[in-house]
Order: sequence, then C-alpha cells, then structure tokens
Amino acid sequence: MTAHLDYVLHLADNALVLGQRNAEWCGHGPILEEDIAMANISLDLVGQARLLYQHAATLKGDGTTEDSLAYFRDVPDFRNYTLLELPHHAALVGYAVDNRDYAVTIVRNFLYSTLMALVWEKLQTSQDEHLAAIAAKSLKEVRYHLRHSHDWLVRLGDGTEVSHAKTQAALNHLMPYTQEFWSASDFESHVTSAGIGVDTATVRDDWQTLVNNGIADATLQQPSTEGFVHTGKHSLHSEHLGFLLAEMQSLARAHPQGVW
Amino acid sequence: MNTFAASASDASARAALLARIWAALDTLSDPEIPVVTLREMGILRDVVWQNDGVLAVVITPTYSGCPAMGQIEDDVRTTLATLGVNARVQTQLAPAWTTDWMSPTARDKLRAYGIAPPARCGANSNTDAASTVVQFASRANKPEVVPCPHCGSHDTTETSHFGSTACKALYKCLSCMEPFDYFKPY
Repeated sequence: MTAHLDYVLHLADNALVLGQRNAEWCGHGPILEEDIAMANISLDLVGQARLLYQHAATLKGDGTTEDSLAYFRDVPDFRNYTLLELPHHAALVGYAVDNRDYAVTIVRNFLYSTLMALVWEKLQTSQDEHLAAIAAKSLKEVRYHLRHSHDWLVRLGDGTEVSHAKTQAALNHLMPYTQEFWSASDFESHVTSAGIGVDTATVRDDWQTLVNNGIADATLQQPSTEGFVHTGKHSLHSEHLGFLLAEMQSLARAHPQGVW
Repeated sequence: MNTFAASASDASARAALLARIWAALDTLSDPEIPVVTLREMGILRDVVWQNDGVLAVVITPTYSGCPAMGQIEDDVRTTLATLGVNARVQTQLAPAWTTDWMSPTARDKLRAYGIAPPARCGANSNTDAASTVVQFASRANKPEVVPCPHCGSHDTTETSHFGSTACKALYKCLSCMEPFDYFKPY
C-alpha cells in the first residue's frame, strides 16, 4: 500500500514540479506562440498532477486532499526526478539568478516527454483502474508535448551557430540526470510486481531509440550519460527544489484555511 | 392500487423527469466555445439513477488541466438546482474523452464559428507507443491537412502546436490569409 501511494505521488510530483518550472515562462516566453505553448503544456501537467493527487488522497485517506499533498509537503516528501526541478539554466548554486535558457527547457521536456509517452502507454493496463484511466488521458496530452519539444529540438539544434551551441550545452548538462529514470527503487519494484506500475527498464530501449533519433535530427552530438546518479525519486533532492516549492506553496501556506 | 400500476406510473414519472433534465442540460454550452453544447461535445455522458436511488449526471473531463471543467460542473449543478432536482454530478475518467465523440452537428457549428473541427483519431489512438510516437514526432512526417474554416482551402499551415486553449492549435490559411484555430484530435 505504501509503495502504491509512493508511486502515485512520484508520478504526481513529476507532473507538478515540471508544470511549475515550465510555467515560469508564462509572460516571459521567447516568442508569443511559445509563451502560449509552454503555458498550455504546464496546464496539462498541473491537470495530470491534480488527478494523481486526488487519487493519492483517496488511497491515503485520513482527510488528505490534493491541496494538502501539493502545498503542505516539504522537500523530503517529494518524489519527483531531480531532472525536473532544475532551473532553466546551466548548473549553478540554488540561489543564483541567471537568464532562463529556452534550450534547457526544450531539452528537458524532450527527454521527459519521451519517457512519459512510453510509460503512460503501458500504465493504461495497470491493475489500478483509476491510474489506468489517468494514463489514457495523459498519454494523449504527452504525445503533443513530445511533438512540440522534438520539433523545437530540431529547430534549435539545426538552427544558428548560437542556438546549436546552446542546445548541445543543454543536452550535455541534462543527459546525465536521465540515469535516474533507470535506477532501481523499492517502491517501483513493488508496484511493478503487483501489476500497478511500469518497470522503466522495459521502455529503456524504446526511449533510447527515440532520443537518439531526436538528437540525430537536430544535428547534435550524443552526450555522455556518465556521472552521479541523482536521487529525487528517493526524496533526496538538489538544492533547487526548495526554492521552487517556496514560491509555489507560499500563498497556500499564508492562508492555510483558504478554499477556492 | 396494485403494484403493477404503481410501478408503471413510477416508471413514466421517472421517464418524464429524465426528459426534463435532458432538455434543461441540452441548453448548456461549452464555456470556451459557446456555439456548441456540452452534449454535442461529448462532455455530458449520461443521466442515471444510481443504486442508492440518487440521480447522477455523468460528465467526462476533456484535457486534464482544462479550466472550463470547473465552470461546466457549476453550470450543471445550477441547472439541476433550478429544476429542483436532487442529483449529484459525477466525473468519470474512463473511457477517456476523445474528439471522436463530437457530433457531426458540433463539427459543423465549430466550422461556422471559425474553428476547424478535429480530424478523426480512430484506431490511431491506441496503437503501439514507439511507432506512434516516432510517426508523431518525425521530421519527415507530413503535417495533417486542415481545411480552412473560412474559405475551405486545403492550402493551410500550422503556426503553432498550441493555440488560445490547450485543445487548439494555431493555423493560417495561405489562400485567404486568415489565421484560424484548429481543434486538435484528442
């Protein structure tokens, strides 16, 4: 039961944290169409997070709500991949301020959407019927996200000298974080054997093929995946998540009895 | 009164109530696209008596994050309250809403409103992930032909995958040069 709840929270936290990150572009997009696109993608992700948190709240019981899960948990409770909490720029300390780099945004969305297109597909046959229903909806949405990010990966990678260099740098920066997708965890092993979750190892080859094709289409070089294996899904995060949560949760925490 | 007569009149009363509810709900339109009704959109799925004897109006969400869903639920509740009917609004996720459920009337109304109606998803929506995704994201993939809702020309081009709402893409007609929204197949 704990593994089941942790798994649903892992999926929900992934969607919420990336949705929050992408929403930082709202009103600041590089061009109007992309400002709108990124806001729409965030809307889908936050919508998926809501459905998943509502489901988690039902599994947990004891008066838990989607809002208490999103707004009143702290960094050590979140189970999202570390990749998704990173700011939209190269590796810097958590409190550093730098210009957002759209190449980082696009590369991250590409790497993650590719994974989720494959995972949601499989989750449609989960033994958890409610999760299967959420997966069927999310799959339709993530296919559009993947199409969008793949398209822009190619435009930026096969664009100007500057856009190519920035996209390659973003890929080199983010690719090592994808190792976390494949690292083993107890809660994922449990839900996989119960037929509730997906063993990501079973989609790794397809993911690699899709990512390789994208990299080739974008005339980019395959980066190294070597390096530290991150541990966000084990609730051990980078210093960036706290800043993200502080911004996202401050309103709800300032008005803890507020309803809307 | 014998039981047969009682149940028969009961059944006809129920049928009359159902007809009244459907008639009232049929007037509700999509908050984002006021020319089509919730029923034509396939959002309003059913009105049923549940095991506990309470009526339930079943609605299906479109996009997970669609902000119109809250408004739609409120509209349904208000309508039921006006009728004086005690019913609950039930959100049902499965089977997932698809644009294939839009009625032909809804498609015509969308086109007349200036929104190109969605192509059919059909069998494509459930095929093998890898092949669908590759096809979807491939650079060589020909974009779908979307006829312009204004002049009917097939010479159109996609400006952006995402338009004024999550469910629409932004297109431009190269014949009449008008921009238009395309309701994406979902």
